[in-house]
Amino acid sequence: MVILPELVLAAGALALFLVSLGKTPSARTAKSVAVVFGLATFAAALFTFQSQDILFYGAYAVDSYSQLFKALIGFSLALLLIFGQNLKGIRLDVRPEYYLFLLLSVLGLMMLVSSVELIAIFISLELSSFALYLLVPMRDDRTGSRVQMEAGIKYILFGVMATGFMLYGMSLLYGLTGTTYLKEIVAFLAKGSLQPTVLVAVLLVLIGFFYKLAVFPLHFWVPDVYQGASNETAGFIATLPKFGAVALLIRFLSVPTNHVQFLTELMAVLALCSMFYGNLSALVQKDIKRMLGFSGIAHAGFVLLGLLALDHDGYGVAIYYIAGYVLMNLACFLVISNVSQAGENLRIEDFNGLYKRQPVLAFVLAVGLFGLAGIPPFVGFMGKFMILTSALRAEHLVVVCLAAINTAIALYYYLSVVKAAYTAEPGELPQVEAHPVIQLTGVVLVLVIILLGALPARFIDFASSVAQTLH
Amino acid sequence: MELLLIKEGFPLLSFLIFLPLAGSIALLFFHGQTFARLWTLLITSLTAVCSLPLLFGFDPASSKYQFAEAYAWIPRLNINYIVGLDGISILLVLLTTLIMPFCVLASWKYIQQRVAPFMFCLLVMETSMVGVFVALDFVLFYIFWEFMLIPMYLLIAVWGGPRKAYASIKFFLYTLAGSVLLLVAIIALYLESGSFFIPEMMWQPYSLTFQVLVFLAFFLAFAIKVPMFPFHTWLPAAHVEAPTAGSVILASVLLKMGTYGMLRFCLPITPDATLLLAQPILWLSIAGIIYGGFTALAQQDMKKLIAYSSVGHMGFVTLGIFVLNGRGVEGAMLQMINHGVTTGALFLCVGMIYERTHSRELALSMGVGKYMPWFVTFLAFFSLSSFGFPGTNSFIGEFLVLAGTFEHSTSLALAAIPGAVLAAAYMLRMLQKVVWGGTANPDQSYLTDLGPREIAVLAPFLLFVFWIGLGPQPFINLMHTSVSALLNQLHHWQQHQQVAAVLWN
Repeated sequence: MVILPELVLAAGALALFLVSLGKTPSARTAKSVAVVFGLATFAAALFTFQSQDILFYGAYAVDSYSQLFKALIGFSLALLLIFGQNLKGIRLDVRPEYYLFLLLSVLGLMMLVSSVELIAIFISLELSSFALYLLVPMRDDRTGSRVQMEAGIKYILFGVMATGFMLYGMSLLYGLTGTTYLKEIVAFLAKGSLQPTVLVAVLLVLIGFFYKLAVFPLHFWVPDVYQGASNETAGFIATLPKFGAVALLIRFLSVPTNHVQFLTELMAVLALCSMFYGNLSALVQKDIKRMLGFSGIAHAGFVLLGLLALDHDGYGVAIYYIAGYVLMNLACFLVISNVSQAGENLRIEDFNGLYKRQPVLAFVLAVGLFGLAGIPPFVGFMGKFMILTSALRAEHLVVVCLAAINTAIALYYYLSVVKAAYTAEPGELPQVEAHPVIQLTGVVLVLVIILLGALPARFIDFASSVAQTLH
Repeated sequence: MELLLIKEGFPLLSFLIFLPLAGSIALLFFHGQTFARLWTLLITSLTAVCSLPLLFGFDPASSKYQFAEAYAWIPRLNINYIVGLDGISILLVLLTTLIMPFCVLASWKYIQQRVAPFMFCLLVMETSMVGVFVALDFVLFYIFWEFMLIPMYLLIAVWGGPRKAYASIKFFLYTLAGSVLLLVAIIALYLESGSFFIPEMMWQPYSLTFQVLVFLAFFLAFAIKVPMFPFHTWLPAAHVEAPTAGSVILASVLLKMGTYGMLRFCLPITPDATLLLAQPILWLSIAGIIYGGFTALAQQDMKKLIAYSSVGHMGFVTLGIFVLNGRGVEGAMLQMINHGVTTGALFLCVGMIYERTHSRELALSMGVGKYMPWFVTFLAFFSLSSFGFPGTNSFIGEFLVLAGTFEHSTSLALAAIPGAVLAAAYMLRMLQKVVWGGTANPDQSYLTDLGPREIAVLAPFLLFVFWIGLGPQPFINLMHTSVSALLNQLHHWQQHQQVAAVLWN
């Protein structure tokens, strides 16, 4: 029963498969099944929060580290399924399949955070990725321009390339150490006599997760995929997979390479490139999802900055940051997918006067964006503050100053959306209907964003102590 | 922690911080216009009344932080919730709490659309303003300092004038851009001193390079907030577009945060850098005084005129702070209060005439004296106070600042004096036009004079204009011990450094 969340997800996927078999698959049934299983997953993740076990010949570890991530993934999934339940951009007849692949992708992520063996890691990552690749082109083709196909093919091609690099790195690691178990690899390499190949191998593996996280040189897919995917799918791509990427980055950074200096410098440079590239490109975006995509690249840079310290304090902060980032992004996508009338993409001026059209959603959007911009008392500020502290403690003064300047750049584009929502006149734009449940979800998100930001001590302490158990 | 006088029993300062916040939550659930107005008036008045015990319980003979409270907040980084009050902050806290009910009254009729959210922003604003002045932990300070931008942004952006989008975004970007490096400086100080507790960061032997870098980061953030010439360009835009209450808060309280920051942080945390860099800042202040005066002289929009006059007045404040002597600093602090009272009242006056003529243009408000005798009486007194007429509050403040400047350097003081003359010129020009106008006055006969509510709003300001003008001693007594303790330590530090310099050579 220690893998209850995974079992629930698998059961949910099977149930949706059965639903999809019907001659005229009912979108309503699919939705209810998905929401019920989403909530059940979260409940199961909480229920198994304290579990500790090693399964499948040591390839699968259920420990406090993985359970923390599973709880975070479960919570985000439940929120995502609740507010994205209208699925405006997905054809009616493929909705059961859509949910089926969504749950499978989450299943892959849950397995990923528990995997401690190279092949298990690879299989979970591919399960999660391929299900996700399929979600992108499932968007209905109302414009006729088939952007979703372009996005889907880009996503899969870049993804496969990154996977190739990672697989190559894994093979090198296996060749050097003769084992596929992370623990044994670490123990073997810690004994000394390290070859430079180790560094190459670790870097190649990291590339795979940099791709998921959208760090600078591996970010190409982000804006196009965000734009091409339906609003709900983009909301999923922007949030949950980041947990998996951060969890595995932290696991792999504990592999000794003997070139710590080089690794930290490389990560600092990548972090800065991500921030500047992401923020400067986001400044000129008209499409809100593209903007959030570029902002996601910048935030990935911030996460790397937290990992820079290469100690459990930094890891704890990075986990805190990514959790906050996902929550704030969920808040933004909640608004996007409900302001969108029929699942179309939104330009920034489509938010004009949202304050008059739907005050609650405007408030949720403002909190999400101010949080992403790093204004206190939201979680984005505390995360930024903690990351800058841990990076400055590791004596990266220049990097910290440049990162701080980046937050000022970023403010402009976040604020331009808030400006549209609060100062522009709505003009001809229609009223926005939002179901009370969705409004309630938004308010819950706002509360969590504020509480996690105002009282971060317990979460960070817990995350750091959990990260400490890895070594 | 021996610097704190922990207050046993009722946590008064926390109560003052969080009462408005708690009050604002009620406005989320009840949206009635009348309810929102009355409720906010009640909450702000209650806060004002509850802040009076600070005055009675304050021991002016001690330079310690009084009414202090300390709780652990984020132990792993040694971040605590610490608040306290000393002679430098007490008057600013009282100014904030006392001015808020009048902001509510001033918005009584001015704000007709979306009243409850407006009042919500006002209350949240009050929480963060009080928080800034009493926070003794740097992270806590920074959170209040930055958080304030959101309600202020919304006050301008939603309820502002025609160019509200431009003005609000400029305000937000300028102030935030200024304070990002402040955050880095705070973290660097923490790593050097091991604590975010502000008094523990003071008078530490940091290296000179470190001090200069930290000072510059501080100075950029605070100079933009003040705003000092040449960082002032956001102020006229924000003032012109903000609703009356927003302008009053901006002028009376927000600008003081910059100068408060300089006194509280720059001087004691980076004393060497302060001594090193005081001279250019003094000349920047002079530039601000002269520039503000000349620009104000040319304005056609009354709010812009007062906004530029603020640049000049705040120049006097920074001048007083950085001459680094008792008269100068006390004069500067008094001038902070004076500017809060006088300029706040002037913005209220402009708001009242705007409610009637729907214009802030001087040309359209000419010659209202005949129809609004009460109004012009108040306006005359506040204008006199604004250019430092003897018997009014600003006279005392500017006099002390100038006396301190003469003590420091005669040429500097002589350079500042034209500013005082310019102030008289632009204020009298405005007064002349509004009261009498010329031969081509527009028809003002439809105007009605001030009602009882408006007189009740302005009268307390007038009381303080004359109280500080005729009997400033009680106000100076409150701040004297803290200011002289600060300056003594600074001079002690300076001599100590000179001894070190002699030893080195």
